Amino acid sequence: MTTGNAVHSRSFQARKVIQSGFTYLVMIILAIMFLFPIVFMLITSIKVDEMQILSEVSTLYAFVPRGELGFDNYRDVFDNLEFGRMLFNSTFIMVVTVIFGLVVNSMIAYALSRLNFKGRGLLLSIIVALIIVPFEAVAVPLLLVVNNLPWFGGATTWLDTYHVQIIPFIADAFSIFLFYQFFISIPKELEEAALVDGAGRFRIYWQVVVPLSKPVFATVAILTALANWNRFMWPLMVTRGVDVRPLTVGMQTFFGQDPRIWGDLLAFASLITIPVLIVFLIFQKWFVQSVASTGIKG
Amino acid sequence: MAETTGSSDWSRRQRNESLIAWLFSAPAIILLVIFLAIPFVMAVYLAFTDQRLIPNPNLPTQIVGLRNFIRLMDDEAFIRGVINNFYFAIVVVPLQTALALLLAVLVNQKIRGSNTFRTIFFAPVVTAMVVVAIVWTFLYNPQGLINAFVAMLSFGNLGPYNWLQDTKLVFPAIMALSIWQGVGFQMIIFLAGLQEIPSELYEAAEVDGANKFQQFFSITIPQLRNTIIFVVLATTILAFKLFDQVQVMTGGGPQNASMTTMVFVIKQGWGQLKVGYASAASVIFFILVLGVSLIQRFILREERTVD
Repeated sequence: MTTGNAVHSRSFQARKVIQSGFTYLVMIILAIMFLFPIVFMLITSIKVDEMQILSEVSTLYAFVPRGELGFDNYRDVFDNLEFGRMLFNSTFIMVVTVIFGLVVNSMIAYALSRLNFKGRGLLLSIIVALIIVPFEAVAVPLLLVVNNLPWFGGATTWLDTYHVQIIPFIADAFSIFLFYQFFISIPKELEEAALVDGAGRFRIYWQVVVPLSKPVFATVAILTALANWNRFMWPLMVTRGVDVRPLTVGMQTFFGQDPRIWGDLLAFASLITIPVLIVFLIFQKWFVQSVASTGIKG
Repeated sequence: MAETTGSSDWSRRQRNESLIAWLFSAPAIILLVIFLAIPFVMAVYLAFTDQRLIPNPNLPTQIVGLRNFIRLMDDEAFIRGVINNFYFAIVVVPLQTALALLLAVLVNQKIRGSNTFRTIFFAPVVTAMVVVAIVWTFLYNPQGLINAFVAMLSFGNLGPYNWLQDTKLVFPAIMALSIWQGVGFQMIIFLAGLQEIPSELYEAAEVDGANKFQQFFSITIPQLRNTIIFVVLATTILAFKLFDQVQVMTGGGPQNASMTTMVFVIKQGWGQLKVGYASAASVIFFILVLGVSLIQRFILREERTVD
């Protein structure tokens, strides 16, 4: 009896070891598949000799930092391609869009979730319906609109400006929806106490609701920051020169020039990717929560 | 006395609250109207005109009825684009959903290092699609890594292929990198769903002697039904929006083999300034996206009520 049990548990143990070994094997193979393009990009970008890059691209040496290594490709990118300018553009557009987006979208969501007014239900259903209208469906008519819009100082078009890349993306139906869902889950009592104390609505929003809602602000900030950093189609359509052009479009323009210098191209690609990867690694938990919360809708 | 002031106070406050509510909502409403609602209505109107981005002063824009739509039906590039979007959805949605679920189940196990693997699988999601497209163009080079890998797996019998110049291979090649880039996102959504399944269900199944596979199909899948609906829906809509990677890698070529609806729309509206024609294609694009989500919702809801 006891021996039987021991045998059983030993074979059980063995099966467990095999099982977890198999799991690790599968995960490691998958991890290699997910990492190899990124590792390839980073390692190739520090190889100085273009001929070496081309000769190693079909071998495992593509993943080995060998030969002459250095940041020459990175220097080329900064020197010849106005990378600094485009880095500023991308960062500026992203930061301004995210900040305005957080304020504008959370304020309407607060009104929808807490204030009593005529048309609230209708407004809410319109916002929810707008979630399914993709930006792509309105891109071409919007191009016609912004081509003929005035701006301060007598400008008659929005093309080739920062604001054409910022203002259309501030209000976002899905962000409003995420804020709304969060706000209705906050207990009303907290605000009622402040109301009795005679605090105005804006003060309550700013001093009671916003501090309680850090998670949803972080979620929306991360999702919209990522979308803005990676945005490509719209800036491609509305920017012609390097002055206000973001990195993604600059990268594509550089890619379209002959001859292709892969060392420089991959240095450029690494420079776009590394800051986001670092931010992602630091705030990983927040990224994961943000993405997870987009699925709540289902 | 106290009551009367109280009630007039109340109605004043009520009016006040309405005003505040509209003030809070105004910025978002104005922006959504100007940059989403108006262009959307314009798209529908422009689809019936020959509007150009920079109108010729001698040729005023005219209403042309259904001409744009009739031309679209004869436009090989447009038809190819729409077919490719369906092709992409039919191949990528099931593959990506299944892979995402597999990854989620793998990293959901309480074993050492599962967080590291989660990070690795998610890393491509934070990489810009433009970057992904350029790196993979290098990998798909005739002398590149992918061909070396295919040759190794087939002991030198297959390849080398010119992935991005071959009309049959170019679209599957784009599908592969799209799955690679996007699957981490769905993995996280599944992971959140998995963590909400009560562990008692699995414990009870274990007592009943159900193995891991039985548990997966009789507990995990049914419990994740809503999450699966959401992921399938969202991925299908993304399939119809396909643009960045195609624009960068091939521009829709060779011979329209990798054309998509959005690449076509932008090519016509922005590249050739034919706003009217592009708007007609945008309207069809929107109807497709709307139709797919309605059909899918309908089918999946039926299943839910049958249960």
